[in-house]
Amino acid sequence: MKERFIEIFIKSFAWLSGLLLLSVTFVIIGFLLVKGVPTLSLSLIFGDTSPADALLLRRQVLEGILPAMAGTGLLVLLAVGMATPVGLAAGIYLAEYSRGNLKSFFSLFYDILAGVPSIVIGLFGFSLAISLHHYVKEIYPCLLISALALAFLVLPYLIRTTQFALESIPAEVRLTAPALGATKLQNIAYVLFPRSLPGIASGVILAIGRCAEDTAVIMLTGVVAAAGIPGSLLSAYEALPFYIYYISSQYRNSYELQTGFGAAVILLIICACLFLTAFYLKNQLMNRMLYRR
Amino acid sequence: MEKTTIVETGFLGAAVLSASLAALILIFMLFLGFPLFRGGYFLTLLTTPWNPDKGFFGIYPMLAGTLSIVFLSLCWAFPLSLGASALISVIAPTGFAKFCKKTVQMLTGIPTVIYGFVGVFLLVPFIREMFASGSGMSILSASLMLSMVISPTMILIFTDTFESIPASYSAAADALGASPVQKLVHVILPYSRRGIFAGLILSVGRAMGDTLIALMLAGNAVAVPGSILDSARTLTAHIALVIAADFDSIEFKTIFAAGLVLYVFTASLILLVRIIGRTGMKNR
Repeated sequence: MKERFIEIFIKSFAWLSGLLLLSVTFVIIGFLLVKGVPTLSLSLIFGDTSPADALLLRRQVLEGILPAMAGTGLLVLLAVGMATPVGLAAGIYLAEYSRGNLKSFFSLFYDILAGVPSIVIGLFGFSLAISLHHYVKEIYPCLLISALALAFLVLPYLIRTTQFALESIPAEVRLTAPALGATKLQNIAYVLFPRSLPGIASGVILAIGRCAEDTAVIMLTGVVAAAGIPGSLLSAYEALPFYIYYISSQYRNSYELQTGFGAAVILLIICACLFLTAFYLKNQLMNRMLYRR
Repeated sequence: MEKTTIVETGFLGAAVLSASLAALILIFMLFLGFPLFRGGYFLTLLTTPWNPDKGFFGIYPMLAGTLSIVFLSLCWAFPLSLGASALISVIAPTGFAKFCKKTVQMLTGIPTVIYGFVGVFLLVPFIREMFASGSGMSILSASLMLSMVISPTMILIFTDTFESIPASYSAAADALGASPVQKLVHVILPYSRRGIFAGLILSVGRAMGDTLIALMLAGNAVAVPGSILDSARTLTAHIALVIAADFDSIEFKTIFAAGLVLYVFTASLILLVRIIGRTGMKNR
């Protein structure tokens, strides 16, 4: 009797938690879409400026969110561009060259770096800018510093996905080229690295998503509410997630609030697309691992 | 031969560079917060209130704010995640379980600022109406939204642990005629204790490191909170809010103390997870 009661209790608790989670998700996304989708239009992005003028940088966009989108785009490009080569190289080192204690020593540091709160990374970027300012007068918190800090943020993810992708390659593939006389580096360059590309690509895409959504880091390293499209690496800039945060606390009228909802929907769509691509690539990697067995 | 050595040195260089970043961040926090640590002032800082007008710059209220929001959000998220992972791994029919898992994976990709944004315009007014107190920006609102942010990762860690039990254990339970729930209670849960604990600790780190939710939903008052309907400020939000102050002020220096506390907490949690993992290996 007691056994039966426990069984029913656990079952209903599990169903309740699952359905609660699903319905809260549904409410959050639904609320955003209902409020945000009607605001999606060209004028949300370009304001009063005509799209052609805005895209050719002939006129500044004042009302729309184009500068924020451009800022986020540039930021992602710079940050991922800086982090990817270092992350891949470190990942290759970790998977192929380090063994035993050295390996666990390195991975401890990467785990700690991955666990550091993003605001602390932002604070680090900010301190870096202040320290550099003593030597180079032009350096303030700016696009470049933000991109650097974001690169630090995503570096451990890139290293780990690269390492995992390389280590999941089956032994028969791993040993073929060396058996034919290839050096270790040739093996990595012509066999192991190309084989692990789907996994690495999904890691890079997740890093892009992380850079596009992060607000805490850029808040401390140079993002501002109104700057226009950034003209140089050392200028202040706008970004989509910061814009959403800013609107939620500082909106002055219902029109601004509307653009906030619109921006949130756009950010959600961008992140969802990135995530689905990464997911697809990861599944390909998984399939390969399953065939191995 | 030459080229090979250069490339391989490059790999090593990248690995060392990335690892040294973790140490460099700590050194920067220590160095820039240094004036605070002279004369044992640091401990005083952690235990005194914040009142710049009277010359008190303690970060105790922020510490209390962080801990209460983290604790409360885990109180919501942990049972929810455990229940949902049991549903996904054991109880639900395969198709529905797959759907749930896909949804949870999608949830990890939603930007935090979006949770915060929806929180400001949906959850906060709701809490305000329901409890008829203040602005609705409170520990309760922040912890509820934060639990939505940390649940997906926790669920994924739990389901991974549940699904990694050896097939022979699972088959033995089936052969003895155990129902799925009995299998969960007597085989899967005891076996996954360690994984559940590790998932919980990692979630503490994530909840503690989150800035946006608390900044947007907790109201940021600098008093030690007395109830869950009070407004509170977390260490992360404190850093974000004080950054605009004058560089040379003591007020400004305190954010490095806050950064240091956050760094030390999260790094210790990572170490703890590693130690659990290692003892787990030995026992099996």
